[in-house]
Amino acid sequence: MDLFEYQARDLFAKHGVPVLAGEVIDTPEAARAAAERLGGRAVVKAQVKVGGRGKAGGVKLAADPADAVAKAEAILGMDIKGHTVHKVMLAETADIKEEYYVSFLLDRTNRTFLAMASVEGGVEIEVVAEENPDALAKVAVDALEGVTPEKAAEIVAAAKFPADIADQVADVLQQLWTVFIKEDALLVEVNPLVKTGEGKIVALDGKVSLDENAAFRQPEHEALEDKAAANPLEAKAKAKGLNYVKLDGEVGIIGNGAGLVMSTLDVVAYAGEAHGGVKPANFLDIGGGASAEVMANGLEIILGDPDVKSVFVNVFGGITACDEVANGIVQALALLKSKGEDVTKPLVVRLDGNNAELGRKILSDANHPLVQRVDTMDGAADKAAELAAK
Amino acid sequence: MAIFLTKDSKVIVQGMTGATGMKHTTLMLGDGTNIVGGVNPRKAGTTVTFDQGREVPVFGSVKEAMEATGADVTVIFVPEKFTKDAVVEAIEAEIPLAVVITEGVAVHDSAAFWALAQQKGNKTRIIGPNCPGLITPGQSNAGIIPGDITKPGRIGLVSKSGTLTYQMMYELRDIGFSSAVGIGGDPIIGTTHIDALAAFEADPDTDLIVMIGEIGGDAEERAAAFIEKHVTKPVVGYVAGFTAPEGKTMGHAGAIVSGSSGTAQAKKEALEAAGVKVGKTPSETARLAREILVG
Repeated sequence: MDLFEYQARDLFAKHGVPVLAGEVIDTPEAARAAAERLGGRAVVKAQVKVGGRGKAGGVKLAADPADAVAKAEAILGMDIKGHTVHKVMLAETADIKEEYYVSFLLDRTNRTFLAMASVEGGVEIEVVAEENPDALAKVAVDALEGVTPEKAAEIVAAAKFPADIADQVADVLQQLWTVFIKEDALLVEVNPLVKTGEGKIVALDGKVSLDENAAFRQPEHEALEDKAAANPLEAKAKAKGLNYVKLDGEVGIIGNGAGLVMSTLDVVAYAGEAHGGVKPANFLDIGGGASAEVMANGLEIILGDPDVKSVFVNVFGGITACDEVANGIVQALALLKSKGEDVTKPLVVRLDGNNAELGRKILSDANHPLVQRVDTMDGAADKAAELAAK
Repeated sequence: MAIFLTKDSKVIVQGMTGATGMKHTTLMLGDGTNIVGGVNPRKAGTTVTFDQGREVPVFGSVKEAMEATGADVTVIFVPEKFTKDAVVEAIEAEIPLAVVITEGVAVHDSAAFWALAQQKGNKTRIIGPNCPGLITPGQSNAGIIPGDITKPGRIGLVSKSGTLTYQMMYELRDIGFSSAVGIGGDPIIGTTHIDALAAFEADPDTDLIVMIGEIGGDAEERAAAFIEKHVTKPVVGYVAGFTAPEGKTMGHAGAIVSGSSGTAQAKKEALEAAGVKVGKTPSETARLAREILVG
């Protein structure tokens, strides 16, 4: 889960990383009082989870509280690369002398953590990595040892931070590592980390991404979720504990197991090439059990998507037996009918694996007018694509 | 032969006495797995009776279980909150193979136990987390792969995905498998595609390797480079997630395209450049394997 800048700033402050005073507002008028509290002058910054907002006009300097209102008005509601600005942060202004870059992240390739640091901050770090790779220091961090004072000094030396601020940067690195560990982060990034006119080191802008698998020990993280931005179908699915991602096609997909569902999307997209380019409408993994209730919940979400023209239920019975899945589908359709849902979209069902014959027989016997059985994955994908193209 | 797991493997189950552990221990016993014990400190000294009156003793720790039974494999079913401690216990007891089935393990926990395994000199091979485990059909099953969908044979399978593993084993059930290893779809996993490829290459009972990958990370690209240099046996591949949008996690915690990295297209191209035949669909992949083995 990626956080907004102001949320990252809050986590930095919580763990002792030096930040500037700031306030988040969502109406232009609120900017006046916020700017007054910040001493009159303030930087007005769009809160969007996408880079390049400065270039897009999403960061402006306000000379006084009245100007802050005008600047907030201009930025709120702005569209930055497809992200609408709902909130702005007003921050204290800083006297910036130098801009640096520091981050900690998960290094999947080496199965450990990585520190990155550069004295050339304030620009996109990907650009530095590309054009001047020597200016970006990368130092592996052992997951058991963490960032000790020695490790922090090693990072500072590797990135060639000037001697006068070396100790301060080393301290910030250790505080930032605390954020990374204590918050179960996958990424903490400060860009720019600045040196002010008074020689102080301050985190001016930050990015944090949190591990959702750590929710069991991070109860406060749920409140950081941007529920307003979530697709309504995704939000509904999440509330029902379903693993759902909305896509932009026409064939609704339900399957069991993340890999099989990803594969199903691909197979439907290939099949769709011969049917006017229809595509999968969603990713939905109902997991191993596939009970009638879970199936009904899944079908309800998918049938509630106005973009969906046909549905492809693709189940491979591993431990779960296909007869249970078939009963689940039949009961799910009955359940939806009893709830007054008008099921009118055709369903293509492919069952294979454990007790497939029995499962297929249950579907045939039920003889539901909207359900068609196709016994291979490729064939069923083709049928679902054909029905969606009609 | 086979890889990592044979009929001689002595298996213990951490979390055996929980609902999931009980269910899958029953199934593993049914597949012929030599299960010699369970681990639960609160039930140490008791025994659990499974089908056909099979009695399995419960030990207080992995170390005790190993000392009493000579166990060399542990299958871990404990909930995600306790998974790190369970794996750390297994590593400290130096059990040769730890299969971590649990889904939803925090990345910092996986990073910590992986670092510990390294520090201890890699005496414990870790498979998973968030994986279905591994099976050597007709010999032993350590995990949740259904034992009855295929038979013993000469194909080796390594996959990030559970259900795609089952699909492939089922499609090629007439030919059969030496071993099938589900390595899991988390950002940090123990055993990788490369580890399994190396083991299958060295296994005299494996004639062909099927490798299933998915979006996220660069494990498939690195596996391709390994295949080019070190694998002489034919490899058939499949990659899932061509239609996955950038920045969205697709079910598995590690299945995410970040910017331009981790795409299915890049993985497919890397594998093909290494001489791997890559199927467009799981069924086509099975056909490619069949053509090579039976013509």
